[in-house]
Amino acid sequence: MRSSRRLSVLTVLLCLATSAVRAQTAPPPNVLRQIDALATDDGAAQRAAVAALGESGDRNVVPTLEALREESLYVWAAPGGTRRIVIARTKTTVGGQERYLLQDAYGGARLHQPDGSEVSAATDDLQEVSVDRRVRAVVQAALERFKLLDSDPVVRRSAAKNLADKGDISALEALEQARAAERDPAAREGIDEAYNLLKLSAPAEPDKLAAIERLGALHSADAVPRLEELRKTASPQLQAVIVTTLERIRWWQKVNRLLYAVFSGLSLGSILMLMSLGLAITFGVMGVINMAHGELMMIGAYATFLTQNWFLAHVSTGAFGFYFLAAIPLSFVAAGAAGFLLERGVIRFLYGRPLETLLATWGVSLILIQAARFWFGDLTAVVAPSWLSGGIEVITGVQLPYNRLFIIAFTMVCVAGVYLLLLRSSAGLRIRAVMQNRPMSAAMGIATNRVDAWTFALGSGLAGMAGCALTLIGNVEPDLGQNYIVDAFIVVVTGGVGKLAGTVTAALGIGWLNTFLELVTDSAVMGKVLILAFVILFLQRRPSGLFPPTGRAVEY
Amino acid sequence: MERPASSELSQRAPRALALSRTPRAGNYRLSEIVGVVTAVLVCVVALPLLNAVGRPLPGAEAAGAWYWISDVQLNLLGRYLSYALLALGLDLIWGYTGILSLCHALFFCIGGYCMGMYLSLQTGAEGVYESSLPDFMVWNRVTELPLFWQPFHSFWFTIAAIVIVPSLFAFLFGFLTFRSRVRGVYFAVLTQALAYSMWLLFNRNSMNLGGTNGLTNFKKITPTLFGHAMTFRLAEPEVQRGLYIVTGLCLVAAYLLCRWITRTRLGRVLTAIRDNENRVRFSGYNPANFKLFVFVVSAALAGVAGALYVPQTGIITPGKMSVAASIDMVIWVAVGGRGTLVGAVLGALIVNAGYSYFTTHFAAYWPYFLGLLFVAVVMLIPGGLIGLPAQIRAGLTRPRRRDQIE
Repeated sequence: MRSSRRLSVLTVLLCLATSAVRAQTAPPPNVLRQIDALATDDGAAQRAAVAALGESGDRNVVPTLEALREESLYVWAAPGGTRRIVIARTKTTVGGQERYLLQDAYGGARLHQPDGSEVSAATDDLQEVSVDRRVRAVVQAALERFKLLDSDPVVRRSAAKNLADKGDISALEALEQARAAERDPAAREGIDEAYNLLKLSAPAEPDKLAAIERLGALHSADAVPRLEELRKTASPQLQAVIVTTLERIRWWQKVNRLLYAVFSGLSLGSILMLMSLGLAITFGVMGVINMAHGELMMIGAYATFLTQNWFLAHVSTGAFGFYFLAAIPLSFVAAGAAGFLLERGVIRFLYGRPLETLLATWGVSLILIQAARFWFGDLTAVVAPSWLSGGIEVITGVQLPYNRLFIIAFTMVCVAGVYLLLLRSSAGLRIRAVMQNRPMSAAMGIATNRVDAWTFALGSGLAGMAGCALTLIGNVEPDLGQNYIVDAFIVVVTGGVGKLAGTVTAALGIGWLNTFLELVTDSAVMGKVLILAFVILFLQRRPSGLFPPTGRAVEY
Repeated sequence: MERPASSELSQRAPRALALSRTPRAGNYRLSEIVGVVTAVLVCVVALPLLNAVGRPLPGAEAAGAWYWISDVQLNLLGRYLSYALLALGLDLIWGYTGILSLCHALFFCIGGYCMGMYLSLQTGAEGVYESSLPDFMVWNRVTELPLFWQPFHSFWFTIAAIVIVPSLFAFLFGFLTFRSRVRGVYFAVLTQALAYSMWLLFNRNSMNLGGTNGLTNFKKITPTLFGHAMTFRLAEPEVQRGLYIVTGLCLVAAYLLCRWITRTRLGRVLTAIRDNENRVRFSGYNPANFKLFVFVVSAALAGVAGALYVPQTGIITPGKMSVAASIDMVIWVAVGGRGTLVGAVLGALIVNAGYSYFTTHFAAYWPYFLGLLFVAVVMLIPGGLIGLPAQIRAGLTRPRRRDQIE
């Protein structure tokens, strides 16, 4: 509550600041004349005035044009008998009468009386400046041109694209100027593309040729339909160029799709890996089949959700983005504690009977899901921190989202951590000893009961962290774990039990295979079905998975 | 590794195993006969009779006689009986052979879908769109009946498909998995994945099986028996009563079949596989073949159960074949007592009756109750309700010993 109030105060301050800036400069007379010219019924005159305003390059007319577009520009019959163009958006009530607060048409600042009070007008004194559809299109184009001058390169780029989509030749000059002034490489590429797309409609053949070649060099995806269109009418010489350019662009798109598939396979693989890591420990190392693993992930996800809410309530907005870093250890602890209780309360009594464990933990998972549904309701989402939104654009059109990159890096850290813990620490030594030969370890003085409990807690904590990471790419739902658990089990079975390397390889392999099958069959479901078929066939050749356990045990 | 499964060995070995005296297929104890016959009389004869006799007169406002079993109650019981039929098959594979299959809901649904396809075609022009195609195909702008739907115009083909299609499915999957000696939890995980991926597939409209909404709006069954064409309208209470009786009879037949399987040498090999598969293998049997056989039989039973379930419920959707549905089925057997056929039937009836009771009275608490049931049955009464008296007796006579496998 408190933070939202703070936020609204901030917004108000911001608005005041911008309006103050806008009002500072003195309006040039020719621009004012064009604004006055808008107040006419003659559409052609309006269009000319709008075009002139657009070409003036004066950003103070942006509010005017916006108001014109949404029809809140009015001719105001002022008390002194003068007529003036104003913007009227905000309603107010003065003495029981409904009135509009007025804004300056130039710059959009609120009008004030000499005594500082705001100027308002009765509805009767205002006459709307009406525009037809054609005028509105010109207004839109003019506004896009102003966006070319925006301070944000992303806005500049999308404005260029919009201008190109409209096919308005008159924007060529503005685009050319913008291109020359542009410093941001991605935005310049975008503007260049838009410029050349428009140039395709140029009458002169050499102009077209140059534009086509430039578009080919830019690998412009937007150019494909335009070039297809142009091919039908072009001269034979131009046609040949168009065909090779199209081929070039299409080849590039194919490469792009492949590159992106490699990345999303890696991303999917790392998500699978993160989920299966905990499972590999509880299932692989301890021989316990934990159907509540997904629900431990759910606990981690809800721990993240609660951390976020706590930060929203108690921490200043500046530090809010760091909630996610706090949530990672918290979700580990929450899920680990739940896992510890689960082991002590249920699983401890069922060692050596994996199928019974499966059923009992399924029961636990049913209870946990229903409890989460009861406490949190069905739909709760975590807002990814701002430093994880967006992505890097490695090549034009291929954007690698930060949240996916973060998950990949996070997974690598987790795998390395588990590896070090299991193979390079004395605790890991004990875990492996108990796993390989329980009675012998007990005889050597290892408290096997305690090792079991802590190992299970570790596996559960990893599940919790996986749940925390999953909040970055999906909703937090009570049955969040159910969607992933089957995949995670398949990964562990394919990888071979008790081998970290197996889990890592299988997760990456299945992640990639799944992405490519999706790409080939064009359907996520078919990808999953084929994966299963593939895994079954694979187990024909290697019944114990990629990395079979070595040892003398006959039964496992 | 080689598979020691030469025919010579497997013929000689049974005698060694047969030494332990277990009841033979032909030996029925008197108490058992009395129990089963009573159950059959009550379920298959008495209850439908009460339903027919106690019915309120047409047009009368009053409820039926005090002893009247209402149509709804009988219908509900009929569904439970079909679940019990599935539980028998599940018990055969889990209780007797020790293989946990988590895809029996899939087999149930395959049988159900076969029946559903037949019933959808029977509806024909009586459907909402008065087209010869099922309604959902009209929505999806399918203009021609897909090829695999064609044979389901025939009643007898459908009856055969109900048994054969799930069996074939189980055979293929079982052949591949048992052959590569996938067992224990691995088998459970793979069957779970199978159920999951099939569930995904059946949810798709492009499967032409109704997508998420499944098949519904059934009207009639029209079998041809000895050249006589008959029409049974599903909305009529007499037809529903008939379906109930058919389900009961099928259950009895399945019980006898399972009893026969478990009491013969074959059954003893199955139990031996459960208790120690390696020893069975070393004795010269190929466990894979036995497992495959019992997997196929139980899939067929599940298919029949699904087919009986669908006309009594009036709808079949992919939701019925989810992973959760399969695991829930296992608990029926566990509650009743795995490894005993009566236990499986009893468990299915009790858990489903509990489900109906809970969901009408306090729906939000059913998952808690079911979850607790899973934990409690596994931890406290591993022998289920049937094993409970013996467990209590054992607990009274000597101090409880925790059996730990370490």
